[in-house]
Parts: sequence; structure tokens; C-alpha cells
Amino acid sequence: MSAYEISVVSVIGINVILAVSLNMISGFCGQISLGHGAFYGAGAYAAALAMVNIGNPALALVIATLVGSGLGIVVGFASLRVRTDFLAITTIGVNFLFTGIVRKQQWLGGEMGISNIPGSGLGANGNMILIMLFAGATVAFSLYVNRSWMGFSFRAVGEDEDAAATLGISAGAYKLAAFGLGTALAGLAGGLYTFFTQFIVPDAFDFILSVMLMAMVVIGGIGSTWGVVLAAIVLTLLPEAIRFVNDYRLLVFGGLLVLVIRLAPGGFAGLVGRLAWKARKP
Amino acid sequence: MTPALQLDNVAIRFGGVKAVDGVSLSVVPGDFVGLIGPNGAGKTTLIRIVVGALRPDRGAIALVGSDITHDSTPTRVRKGLAVTHQVVRPFREMTVLDNVVLAAGFRRTANPLTAMLQVDRRAESERAAGILNRVGLAGTEGQLAGSLPLGKMKRLELARALAVEPRVILLDEPLAGLNNVEAAKQIETIGAVNAQGLTVVLIEHNLEEVMRNCRRLVVLDNGKVIGDGEPLAVMADPAVREAYVGSGAGAHAED
Repeated sequence: MSAYEISVVSVIGINVILAVSLNMISGFCGQISLGHGAFYGAGAYAAALAMVNIGNPALALVIATLVGSGLGIVVGFASLRVRTDFLAITTIGVNFLFTGIVRKQQWLGGEMGISNIPGSGLGANGNMILIMLFAGATVAFSLYVNRSWMGFSFRAVGEDEDAAATLGISAGAYKLAAFGLGTALAGLAGGLYTFFTQFIVPDAFDFILSVMLMAMVVIGGIGSTWGVVLAAIVLTLLPEAIRFVNDYRLLVFGGLLVLVIRLAPGGFAGLVGRLAWKARKP
Repeated sequence: MTPALQLDNVAIRFGGVKAVDGVSLSVVPGDFVGLIGPNGAGKTTLIRIVVGALRPDRGAIALVGSDITHDSTPTRVRKGLAVTHQVVRPFREMTVLDNVVLAAGFRRTANPLTAMLQVDRRAESERAAGILNRVGLAGTEGQLAGSLPLGKMKRLELARALAVEPRVILLDEPLAGLNNVEAAKQIETIGAVNAQGLTVVLIEHNLEEVMRNCRRLVVLDNGKVIGDGEPLAVMADPAVREAYVGSGAGAHAED
């Protein structure tokens, strides 16, 4: 594989982890988060600092995961107070706060970010394989969670918190769990990204990234792990394949988002489901 | 005998309105209590307090001897309280069966982390199918709950409430919106579960069904209990007639 192909596959793997983990929060549990980039960034910065100061890659990934999750649980507490649109706006705020604060921190490199981060020692090829292994594990975990009683309860909480409460399901605990798990994986993705680039800047984790991740979730079919994986792959490749898409990324993704919501609210997954249903009918 | 449900001087006010004004009530296990009163008497507010959706300004609530005044709704449910709402709220995107399976799994879902480690649904599915059969929803298991007509949604609401293995069930107008045949079937199911020992508190505007089924009648007006006892005797009470039937019957109106 060429260096370019390795880098594209690595980015796909990272985006799959990010989109699938966001789908756990917004798809499974119905908590719209437009700040996923902040948790990804927190993980990346944590891993960068760990690599610079300690230099142990495994430990760096663990720290990245814990930091992402820690910040996620804090934001999760906000989800206990605000719902739906207000939660979306709160999480947008979290993303802007994150990049805004990081930009002003000398110890985090400010606008210039952190460079010369020690590598994982695996090389570009090894990093790519590591990323794909974690992406596969994330997908498997997501499929498992959806089948478990936790995923079952997530769906109930996402649809109607008060009705869930009358079945003995504590909506607050489940929302915290969704944020804790989803953002832990985002933190992990941040750690992997740090290994991949060895150079991080605040702009890599801004609100635009969060919107693109939400676009992957919605276009793939909110709640559907496979749909989201497919969308993450396609939407990562699209700007690589078509120059125009790269130049007008937000316009294209925004347009796709509107089209999907208007014409196929179930996304890829919903389309496939409808086609399968039609095929079964004579 | 420990009361199944005990309210002690429960009160709540919304602004200047005393919606529930010092209600005390003790329900013996296995009883079938009708809770009636004119619109705005505070019936639904009282139910919401018992369920934990509203915090009372004062007073205490106990479920089978255990103080639940400060418990959250899910904790109360796990301690043995179930409720059906006046306006039904099934999980519309789930199948009818899944709605009841989720309720039947209330022990598994008590905590997200233990819920994450469990996948098996066979026991709950079996129990849920049995309950659906009991409320007359057999054959609808695979349908989306949101596609059911209102009459069946009302039964689904009852099925979910029964699936959490309650000791006390609060039913807020379970017959509203049903036709006569559906209502008769619904009240028959409620009577049958009561006969098996489940304590029932029924809010209902259908007085005929209340009088036919309840063993005790509690009348609420302006947030206060104004009548309590054997249904026929309570309905014969002039003060109750005055409040419930309206001023037209007010021969005994008090100043």
C-alpha cells in the first residue's frame, strides 16, 4: 500500500470509531450531541501529553479514553437538565469552549498545537492495523450493546424518558452511560489520531468536524451501526475522490444532510430496509 | 396488616391553588379502590405525586410499609408500584411485544452496567406473551405499537404496567376512549388481576363501571377527601352528591 492509501484507510478507521460512538449517544439513546469533536480532541491532547511526558503508547490510549469519557460524563450531567434542541446547543457550546480554551493554553501549544509527538513505534502500517482493529472492535461492541438490555433501555429512554421511568428504567443513569461510553470511544479515537499524525492542532477538533460526524450518523441511518459505518466510509472517501467535495465540504455534507432528512429519514439503513421490504412483496 | 399504600397528609400547591390539600389515605392489600371527583379535583395530581412525577410540598407516602416519599419513579416501580397514564405513551417505534418485554425485564434494566452484560430475553418474552394474551392482545405481538388503534394501546398500557410485577397498580382512566365492548373487556382484566391479590386504585369517569367493580370509593374535591367508604353509601352522601353531581342537587349545600 502507498503511504497515501495507508493514511486514507487510517482516517476511515478513526472516522468509523467516531461516527459509531456518536451513534451510541445520539442514535441509540436519542441524546443529540453536536460536540463530539471536543471529546475526540480531549483524547488526542491527553494522548499527546502522555506520549511527550511518559512515552508509553498503551498507557497513552488508556489515558485518552479516560479523559474523553471523563469530559463526556460531565457533559452527560448537562443532558439530565436539558433536552433535545437545548442539549444540541449545549454540546455545540462545549465544542467551542474546548477549542477556545485549548487555543489559549501555552502548555497545550496554543494555536500551534503540539508537534514532534513521539510515535507509537508501530510505523504507519502498524498504526493503520491498530486503528482498524479498534474500529472493528468498536463496531462489534456497538452491535453487542444494541442487542443487550442496555441498548433496549437506550431505545426506550431515547423515545420517551417519562414512560421509561414508569417501567423502572432510570433515564438519567442511562444517559450518563451513553455519554460515558460514546465519549470514551471518541477519546480512544483521539489517541489513535495522535499516533497517526504525531502533530495536533485545535482546528482538527472543531465544531465543523462534529457536524460532519453527525452527518455520517444521520446519512447512515440514525441508530443503525452498519448504516453509520457505511456512511463514515463513503463520506471520508468522497472528498478524497472528488476535488469539488473537498473544496465545498460543508456545503456538500450540509446538502446531503438536508436531502436525507427530507427524502429518506432512515438514511442508508432505512433505504435498504425499505428495498428489502419491497423485494419480499410480490 | 401493613397497608399496601399509605398517604399521610399529602399536599401540593401550584401558585395559589391547593391542588392536593392534605390527603390521607390507607389502602389495604388486595383492595379495589375507586378514586373519583369532578374535573380539577386533584385526582391525576395525586396519582402523579404517588408515582413520583411530582414532589409534594408536605406529607409522606409509603408502599407496603416502605417510605417512598423521596424515591425516584424508577425506584418506586421496582418496589412494586405500577401506573397507567390517562394519555397512553407506548414506545411507538417498538413492537407491541418489545414494549412488554422491556417492562418485564425491569430487574435487568435497574442499572445500565448490569444491563449491558445481559442479552437473553427468552424468559421475559415468554412472560410478556402471556400478559399480552391476558389483556387480549394476542396476535399483535409483531406490530409496531404506534400502529395500534387507541383501544389496543390502552390494553398495551395495562399490559406494560402488569409486567413490572406490581403490588399496587394505579390506573388513570383506563377506560377513557374505549367503546363499551372494549371497556367491558378491560375492566374484566383489571378485576381478574385484582382477584389474584393485586391492589388496584382506579381513577375513572365511567361511574357505572366504578360502582360495579370497586369495593371502596374515595371522592376528591378541591384537593380534599370528601367521601370515603363503601361505594353505595358514599354515593348516597349528600356532600358527595353536591360536589360530584353539581349544585343542581345541592339541597344540602353547606355554607
